[in-house]
Amino acid sequence: MQVQLNTIHKQFGSLVANDEISVQFEPGRIYGLLGENGAGKSTLMKILSGYQQPDRGEIVLNGAAQHFASPRQALAAGVGMLYQEPLDVPVFTVLENFLLGRAHDGERPQQSAKALTQLAGRYGFQVDPHEHTRELSMGERQQLELLRLLAGGAEVLILDEPTTGISAEQKDLLFASMRTLAREEGKTLILVSHKLDEVQELCDYAYVLRKGRLVGGVQLPCPNQELVDLMFDELAPRPARRQPASGDVLLHLQHITVRTPRLELEPVSLQLQAGQVLGLAGLEGSGQELLLRACAGLLPLSGGSLRLGGQPQPDWDYPRARQHGVAYLAAGRLEEGLIAGLTLTEHMALVSNAHGLLVDWPQNRQLAAQHIATYQVVGQPESYIENLSGGNQQRFLFAMLPQNLKLILMEHPTRGLDIRSTDWIWEQLDQRRAQGTAIIFLSADLDEIAARSDQIAVFSGGRLLRSVPAAETTADELGHLIGGAL
Amino acid sequence: MDSTQLIAIFGSILLQSAPLIIAVCGETISERAGVINLSLDGSLLLSALAGFAAALLTGSLLLGFLAAAAVGAVFALIVAFGSLHLRQNQVAIGFVLAMLGDSLSAFLGQNYTRLPGPSVPAWHIPLLKDIPVLGPILFRQDAVVYFALLLVGATWWFLFRTRAGLELRSAGERPEAAFTRGVAVRKLRYIYAVLGGALVGIAGAAYSLDVKIGWAEGHTRGMGWIALAIVIFGGWSPLRGALGAVLFGATKALATVLQRSFPQVALVAFNAVPWLLMILVLVLVSGRLAAPLLARAPAALRRPLRGLLQAAPPAALGQPLDDN
Repeated sequence: MQVQLNTIHKQFGSLVANDEISVQFEPGRIYGLLGENGAGKSTLMKILSGYQQPDRGEIVLNGAAQHFASPRQALAAGVGMLYQEPLDVPVFTVLENFLLGRAHDGERPQQSAKALTQLAGRYGFQVDPHEHTRELSMGERQQLELLRLLAGGAEVLILDEPTTGISAEQKDLLFASMRTLAREEGKTLILVSHKLDEVQELCDYAYVLRKGRLVGGVQLPCPNQELVDLMFDELAPRPARRQPASGDVLLHLQHITVRTPRLELEPVSLQLQAGQVLGLAGLEGSGQELLLRACAGLLPLSGGSLRLGGQPQPDWDYPRARQHGVAYLAAGRLEEGLIAGLTLTEHMALVSNAHGLLVDWPQNRQLAAQHIATYQVVGQPESYIENLSGGNQQRFLFAMLPQNLKLILMEHPTRGLDIRSTDWIWEQLDQRRAQGTAIIFLSADLDEIAARSDQIAVFSGGRLLRSVPAAETTADELGHLIGGAL
Repeated sequence: MDSTQLIAIFGSILLQSAPLIIAVCGETISERAGVINLSLDGSLLLSALAGFAAALLTGSLLLGFLAAAAVGAVFALIVAFGSLHLRQNQVAIGFVLAMLGDSLSAFLGQNYTRLPGPSVPAWHIPLLKDIPVLGPILFRQDAVVYFALLLVGATWWFLFRTRAGLELRSAGERPEAAFTRGVAVRKLRYIYAVLGGALVGIAGAAYSLDVKIGWAEGHTRGMGWIALAIVIFGGWSPLRGALGAVLFGATKALATVLQRSFPQVALVAFNAVPWLLMILVLVLVSGRLAAPLLARAPAALRRPLRGLLQAAPPAALGQPLDDN
C-alpha cells in the first residue's frame, strides 16, 4: 500500500511538533524515520495511525484521501502501529489480547487459537494462546502485537523503537520477519528509531526529522556521518576516552550470592579498581540486576563477602553504602529516582543535608538554577520534574549526585535518550572517572557496554558467564555470547 | 439441633445474603470497567426507601424495584459524570454521595417509618424443591434469591466468556490499549457504571421489600461498606464475591448462635468475627502463602486455581483515560 502524507501540521500549544511534513512510503520497502528525541517522529506516526488528528494536512492511501478518527479506523484502512511499550492488557491471556477489538463473529475460541498459532508459525514466532501476557518477555509481547495487527489486515506497519528492551535473538527474529513482510508480502514498513546502525542494517530509505521539520531523505546504506549531520545541527566530536586510572582495588566481591524468589545469583567474585568502568551485560533478569542492587545494599547478600577500599563490610545496607560514597541510579527515573509532583527546587531541598525545621527556599532555588545552568537542563527551578523530558530528568539526576563519590551504580543510564544526551552523560561520567570514581552499570544496549566499559561481565540465568576486558571483545561477540547461552 | 433446623438456618443465611450478592455483582461490574462507585452505602439506603415507598404507594412490587434501580442508577451516573466528564476524583464523589444518601433517606423517609407494606412472596419451585437438602435451601425461596443466584452466573459468564465482557475488562485494565483497538472506553464505563448502580438499587429494594421488610432510619446502614469490602475480598470475581457474601452471612448467623451460648461475652465481639475471618482468608489465599500451595497442586489444576486464588484490582481502577 502506498502512503502519502501531505503537509501534515500539528501543534501542541506553542510547540510545533510537525511543521508541514510531506513524505511518501512505497509498498515492499522498509523505511527508517530518524530524528533525536522530540524531533516529531512519534507525533507524525501517531497521526498516520489514527491516534492523533493533524491540525492540517492529509493522509493519502493508494491515491485515496483518508481521515482517521481512531486507531481502529486506521487499522481498518490498513495502517497498524506497534508502540514502543506494547499496548496490550497484561492480565489477559495471549488469546484474549489477540481477540480484543478484532472482528471474530461466530469464531470459536479454539478456531481463533489455531488461527493465531498458524499465523505465528508463518513468521517463526512461538506463542501459547492460553499463557498470561504478563508472563511474556517484551519481545514476545511485541510479536503478539505484530500478529494482531497483521490479523487485523495491516498493510502498512509502523514500528516505534521496537528493539528497546528485547534480546539480540528476538531482534534478529523481528528483523527477519520485517524483511519477509516487505519483500515477500509487499507490505509497507516504517521503522522509527534513533539507532543508526539498525536503520542502516534494515532499511532501504530513511527520512530524517529535526525539530518538527523534514530535513531530508537518504537512500541507504550511506555513511553514518551523513545521517548524523542531518539529525543534529552540529555535534561536538566525541572526546577521546580518558585512560583508566590504574588505581587501588576499590570493590572486592568474593563468592557473593543473592537470593530472591524469582532468581538466585550464583557465587560471583569480582574486583574493581578506582576509576574503572564495569559493564554488566545479559538478558533482562539474568542476575546482573541482583549484583548491582546487592552492591548498592538494596538486596542482602545471602553468602560471600564484600570489601570496599580494603575494609570488609559485613552489614552492608543502603544507608551504609551512601555513607561510604556509593550512589545508585535506578532504571525507573520517575519511579525510584525522582519524585513526581515535586519541583526541581524541592528536589534540591530534599537532598541537601540541612537539618533545621525550615527550608531555606531562596538558597535551594538558587542551587537548582545553578545546576540547571551547569548541567544544561531544559527547565525552570519551579518546573515539576515529571514535565521534563527523559533526557533532562536524567541530567537532573546527575546534577543531584554528590561530589567525590567512590562508586556509581547505574541501571540503563541512557535508556530512551538521544545521542546528544547520551554523549553528554558519558562525558560527565568520564570526568568523574578521571577523579577516581569507579562505575558499574548495566544496559540492554550492547554497543554502549562495549564502547564505555573497561571490563565487561556477561550474565545468564543467574550466573556470571564470563568476565572479559572490553578491549578484547565487540558488541557482536557479546550478542552471540548472550544469545548462545540460552 | 437436628438436620431440619440446620437446613432452615442455611436457607435463611442464603436469603439474608441475597441483597449483598446483588450489590456485590453490581459493584464488581462497575469496578471491572474502571469506575469505583463508593456511594454504595448511601445509594443502598436511598434505594431501599424509594423501593419501599414506591411499592407502598402504587401497590406494585415491580414498580418498587424499578424505582430503586433508578435511584441506584442515578447515583452511579453522578459518579460517572463527575469522574469521566468533569475529571474529579471518583473516591471523593462517591464518599460524599454515600453521606448524602444516608441523610437524604433519613429526611425523606420520615413519613414512611415503621409502616406495614408489601413484600416479596415466597415462590417454591416445583420438583426442584423436593430435592433432599438442596431443595429446601435453594428452591424454597423467593424471586429475589433466584435473581441473585442467576445474576452471579450471568455476571461471570458475561465478564469472562463474551466479547462485550472482554471489552469491559480491557477498559478497566488498560484503557489506552482498549482505545487503540477501537473500544469506546468512556461510553462503556458510563454504561457499566450505571448498570452496576441499578443493580445496587435493586439490592436496596431487596432489603426493604424482602429481607428486612419496611423502612426505618438507617435501615441498611453499613451494608454498602460491607459490599465494597466483599468486592475486594472476592477479587473482583462475581463467584468469589458471592461466596464472600454467603460466608459473611454465615459467620453472622454463627455469631448469633455463639452469643446465645456465651451471654457473658459482649455482642460487639461476636460482630467482629466475620471481619476477622475475612482477613484470615485473604491472608491465606493471597500473597506468599498461595505460591507454595500452587506449586504443590497438580499441573492441570494450577491454572484455574491461580485464577481463583490470586486476584488484583483492575489496573486502571479509578483512573481517567487521557484524551489526546
